[in-house]
Amino acid sequence: MQGKFRLKRDYYAGGLMLLLGLGAAVTGSGYKFGTLARMGPGFMPVVLGVVLAFLGVLIAGTALASSEPDDSKFLPERPQWFGWLCIIGGPIMFIILGQIGGMIPAVFACVFVCALGDKTATYKSSFILAAGVTVFGVVLFHYLLSIPFPLLRGFNL
Amino acid sequence: MISTAITDLWYGFGVALEPHNLMYCFLGVLVGNLVGVLPGMGPVATISILLPLTFGMHPVPAILMLSGVYYGAQYGGAICSILLNLPCHPPHAVTCLDGFPLTKQGKGGTALGITIIAAFVGASFGITEMIFLAPFLVKVALEFGPAEVCSLMLVGLLAGSTLAKGSPLKGIAMTVLGLLVGIVGSDIETGQPRFTFGITELFDGVEIIALALGMFGVAEFMNSINNTEEVDLRYAKVGLSDMFPSKADLKKSFWPMIRGTLLGSLCALIPGTGPTIASFVSYATEKKISKTPERFGHGAIEGVACPEASTHSSVQGDFIPTMSLGIPGDTVMALLLGALIIHGIVPGPQLISQHADIFWGLIASFWIGNILLVILNVPMIGLWVKLLSIPYRYLYPSAMFFVCIGVYAANNDMFQVGETMFIGIVGYILLRLDFHPAPILLGFVLGPRFEENFRRSLLISRGDLTTFIDRPISAFFLFICVVLIGAQIYVWLRKPKIIAEEKAIEAQVPATAFSEVAE
Repeated sequence: MQGKFRLKRDYYAGGLMLLLGLGAAVTGSGYKFGTLARMGPGFMPVVLGVVLAFLGVLIAGTALASSEPDDSKFLPERPQWFGWLCIIGGPIMFIILGQIGGMIPAVFACVFVCALGDKTATYKSSFILAAGVTVFGVVLFHYLLSIPFPLLRGFNL
Repeated sequence: MISTAITDLWYGFGVALEPHNLMYCFLGVLVGNLVGVLPGMGPVATISILLPLTFGMHPVPAILMLSGVYYGAQYGGAICSILLNLPCHPPHAVTCLDGFPLTKQGKGGTALGITIIAAFVGASFGITEMIFLAPFLVKVALEFGPAEVCSLMLVGLLAGSTLAKGSPLKGIAMTVLGLLVGIVGSDIETGQPRFTFGITELFDGVEIIALALGMFGVAEFMNSINNTEEVDLRYAKVGLSDMFPSKADLKKSFWPMIRGTLLGSLCALIPGTGPTIASFVSYATEKKISKTPERFGHGAIEGVACPEASTHSSVQGDFIPTMSLGIPGDTVMALLLGALIIHGIVPGPQLISQHADIFWGLIASFWIGNILLVILNVPMIGLWVKLLSIPYRYLYPSAMFFVCIGVYAANNDMFQVGETMFIGIVGYILLRLDFHPAPILLGFVLGPRFEENFRRSLLISRGDLTTFIDRPISAFFLFICVVLIGAQIYVWLRKPKIIAEEKAIEAQVPATAFSEVAE
């Protein structure tokens, strides 16, 4: 350890575990702890939280001790913000449209939005894929497996 | 002993050959083979998607089908490795080293033929091992009290987190995180809601399907979107007639196959060392004892036969601790254990006697499934090769649809879809921080049972912690835990040398975005 202090990815990793562990322990201490013979619901959460926090310190500590190079970048080389947004956006559309519209719009929107995330995708290719998956999904899940999810709310299909 | 095994097995075949069960077994291996071929889809995500669809079914066909996905995916994964040099399924990553050079020399068909033979040999041995070993383990395990169960689970959890890929410390951290996630929901004894933050939907706990699909589906898609290489299909032309290996090839691969099988079945018995480690170990061994080690990496048929045999024997052997002790060895087994619990079957040593139809039916279905897979793979190889050319940009949106509808179908509840997305984002953050998500699922599945047994054993001993050391079997398990941790500290202290040896093989495997998560 000579020279400057440099940020390493493992510091974030250890820090995150420390935070999660402390959070769990603090939340868990709100429940009844009990004794060893008669454990309350708070026993495990507190113990596990403390262990996790301790592991977090260890992870950061071993990174500090090791001289191996470790890049401090959290994001990948080419961050795919649009792609990530699409992958998260698709299911959000599924949730919203599934509740107000029904299965057909939900499935179509979900696949369409997800497909747009690929850098080679066009509106047309995504549209075709979404339409295909919707037809397939309706046949499989509505007609063959009959899961309780109306195709179009308000219409008796 | 052999005669009872044969009677039981006969009964098992009776169960597995019922048309209904046979159909689901076939469906399972077919879907498994399919996702095995498709890069970027793993058995964990597939089993999670299928799981809600089995809720209405009898548990026997459900378990036969879900297990079929797992070993079926192994057959498909090899095709992907050999023909495309894409190690999208970690157990087959090492097969790329010699499989792809063979493909480039125009001998890809031979490599696939040998793979299928090796797979069948390995799997058959793994199944035989299960037939004889599982009932024996059960006899021992029936003596276990809560203290022993607790210590045994600790071994399973520690082994699962330290022996897997990546930093052992981070692995243990993920296990503990999994245990914490398992706590979410109402406490079994007092009904006190824990970590629910006032959200009613969380009172029943985190949904296992949401956790598995978030960690192994959504997080993986976020990791690999626009990050996949163009698939190189130049060499992927294989017909049925290329598949039959020559006598010389068969002779060359005979002993490597046997050695791989034995190594794989050994690895299956050590908790935490699944097929991935088995294949790496056997490849390294085979290279070491070979008279011509320089041929390895340039298309040595032994380098395909040995790891493939060991993968398949380990995959089948993986079921032994899960089915006989209720302690899963890896992620897929954790998920299958979760499936058993959802179907109202209590995992543990009593499973074989109380649910003989599931246990023996499963074993018989392994054999039937493996035969079906050989039939599926030999004449239909052309079709599987065609599937390889489906681009990722069509795959992941379709997969996201399956994720959404699968999670929704579990409870007919949109909240679970949101839960999956949240877990997916957290999973991706953890991935970026070099955490491997596999132990989370292990901790999550074992967590509630661990807490229950821990509480019970201390209730019996009136709060005396020495109960875990006073009981000899429990003390033995704790000793193994100490050894496991000690070994890790030893490795860490002597890091440069040992790690360098390990890395030497891993470095040769072509890296793709997929191989990080799909276990």
